[in-house]
Amino acid sequence: MIDTPRVGLFVCHCGSNIAGPVDVESVADYGLTLPGVVFVQRNLYSCSDAGLREIKEAIADQRLDRVVVAACTPRTHEPLFQDACREADLNPYLLEFVNIRDQCSWVHMREPEAATRKAQDLVRMGVAKARLLEPLEEQQVPVEPAALVIGGGMIGMTAALNLANRGFAVMLVEREAELGGMMLRLHTLYPTADDPRKVVQERIAEVQRHDGIEVCTSTVVSSVKGFVGNYEVTIEEMGPGQSNALETGDDSHPSVDAPTPRFATAGVIIVATGAQVLEPEGMYGYDGRRVITQLELEERLRTDQLDAGRVVMIQCVGARSAERPYCSRICCTTAIKNALEINDRCSGVEVYILYRDAETQGPRYEAIYGQAREAGVHFIRYDLGRPPEVTEERVLVYDEMLGATLSIPCDMVVLSTPLVAPSGARELAQMLKVPVDEYGFFLEAHVKLRPLDFATEGIYVAGTARWPSHLEETIVQAYGAAARASTILSKEHVTSSGIVARVNGHLCRGCGRCVEICEFGAPTLEEASSGMKGAHVNAVMCKGCGTCAAICPTGAMQACHFTDAQVAAMVRAALEPSVASLASGNPS
Amino acid sequence: MVEFQPQIVVFACNWCSYAGADLAGSSRMQYAPTTRVIRVMCSGRVTVGFILDTFRRGADGVLVTGCHPGDCHYISGNENAVVTVRKTVRLLQLLGLEVERLRLEWISAAEGARFARLMTEFTGQVRDLGPSLLGNGAEREA
Repeated sequence: MIDTPRVGLFVCHCGSNIAGPVDVESVADYGLTLPGVVFVQRNLYSCSDAGLREIKEAIADQRLDRVVVAACTPRTHEPLFQDACREADLNPYLLEFVNIRDQCSWVHMREPEAATRKAQDLVRMGVAKARLLEPLEEQQVPVEPAALVIGGGMIGMTAALNLANRGFAVMLVEREAELGGMMLRLHTLYPTADDPRKVVQERIAEVQRHDGIEVCTSTVVSSVKGFVGNYEVTIEEMGPGQSNALETGDDSHPSVDAPTPRFATAGVIIVATGAQVLEPEGMYGYDGRRVITQLELEERLRTDQLDAGRVVMIQCVGARSAERPYCSRICCTTAIKNALEINDRCSGVEVYILYRDAETQGPRYEAIYGQAREAGVHFIRYDLGRPPEVTEERVLVYDEMLGATLSIPCDMVVLSTPLVAPSGARELAQMLKVPVDEYGFFLEAHVKLRPLDFATEGIYVAGTARWPSHLEETIVQAYGAAARASTILSKEHVTSSGIVARVNGHLCRGCGRCVEICEFGAPTLEEASSGMKGAHVNAVMCKGCGTCAAICPTGAMQACHFTDAQVAAMVRAALEPSVASLASGNPS
Repeated sequence: MVEFQPQIVVFACNWCSYAGADLAGSSRMQYAPTTRVIRVMCSGRVTVGFILDTFRRGADGVLVTGCHPGDCHYISGNENAVVTVRKTVRLLQLLGLEVERLRLEWISAAEGARFARLMTEFTGQVRDLGPSLLGNGAEREA
């Protein structure tokens, strides 16, 4: 056991992200006055190669046995600094991460003095905890070299094939009766005008031919337990007619064919459940006949049922509004593609696109916008405050450029509605314990640094389940998610966190409340040779939430890395008089 | 007279609320600099003892934050937080502390705006109550 801790404090400037609002020099100077701190260094970027090297050198040269990094957020960068400790032969749990960027400099940008004072307080809290940190042991857990891919559309199939081609077993679960997803309903793809059904049928055939992929259609995932490397999954095959009941949550008519649960284990899970198109019920006289959605137009174009002399398309229907502020990204390009298709196929048919902003980013998409202009597609800009009006025979729209209301006679109105999260996404998210955003789309761990990962290790996301995206982007994501997943599957073992619960046998009286409250079956009551019962924790099964430690009446159960003493030290440090008021005698 | 700046301790769970706090930052949402976050893995880790100790050390307000019901990374840890906060509220009443100094809120990883709003709103609420009976605020207000 280490007697007097030697704490090294590293204060990151993060360029000007932290050093702009926060006076990092005074934070570093203050840090050196804190008990236990023997070394302080500022880094322009602590996470850079140079910064990490300086930390490792300081651990060796200064004989540091605790490291405090005051920088961004542990949610993205703690593993990096833990690795640096490991490489310097310091147990990675002797690192404490202090968040002075995301929760300080970025949120108090206009109050530099308050931000600096808060950064000093946070550093004081971090150092107080660091002094009480203990080395923790990690467990090696074998990896099940198999993947579960949820969603059998183009993205799920692409990810599944990619993993199967790397030699991993894949279970591909699709709730519909056939593979293919949204692609089956489309008419053409942009910018290549490929036949989506042909593209997707080829992929379906590849999937079905592959020995390494087990396809389970009409099947839903009903429960997920376990952890990275060892997820225990229950899937249920639905009898005919059950799919809809499940989607609407209507279980009032139990089917005769009760679902047959099946169990499987998977090292990783990829979520590729896609999205669906918003049904514009009650908007612009939507009736599915004369007023249809862009997706319904695709179906008509595919089956050659287009009977119209003049078509008006309305963009941003139910999107970029107060209720649904996001841009669905694919609708402008889709509308233009379909307008061009109508133009090519049916001479004499005029197409009007009523838009708010034409979002066709990228050289290829901007080109088809130019093509449509040249081909004589009419673009009329409207304002959200004065939306178009659809009557029996015409569409009225106030043209911003002309400053006048146009009256366009037409036989068909096509509404471009956004992609929305599919039914069941929230339920699946709760099952997987991963977050969704306010619209029900799956939320990645970090939009830039970990765009295909969830914060939960071993679960990944790709495609429109995450956000409306073009097919080419989602295919890239499918490959990306498969690559991320294979970083786990290619290992024989994963390391489970050292942050687990631990029992002090002297204090435990064997009441079993920890056993009752644990959702993961980690603590058990066992009889010692003395005949006394006492709690034991299976470190591999323990997820480290610390609820058992909270409920333990004697204090025998401790949550490692978040012990009572460590939390109390942080509380005490948080409420000590702040340095600024000490130094200047000036009350805050 | 200098406006009373309350000292507020926020317990935030690693998976939802702490992530929400980070999102407030990456979205550059500005809020009151009165709060100090203590990260725990789950809101279920927070004990009656943690909260009482925080008040005893002089906090003017304590905010316990966790995942929305049903979203807990550990399935039901946030349900334990509900029980803990309820018990503590009764003890605060016995101690003569205003129960409005303690709040439990659910903040998801996507709710950066909600985190920022709650920090400012709770600061206002505690500021209106004035310094805690047990707090360091009397000196700070002078």
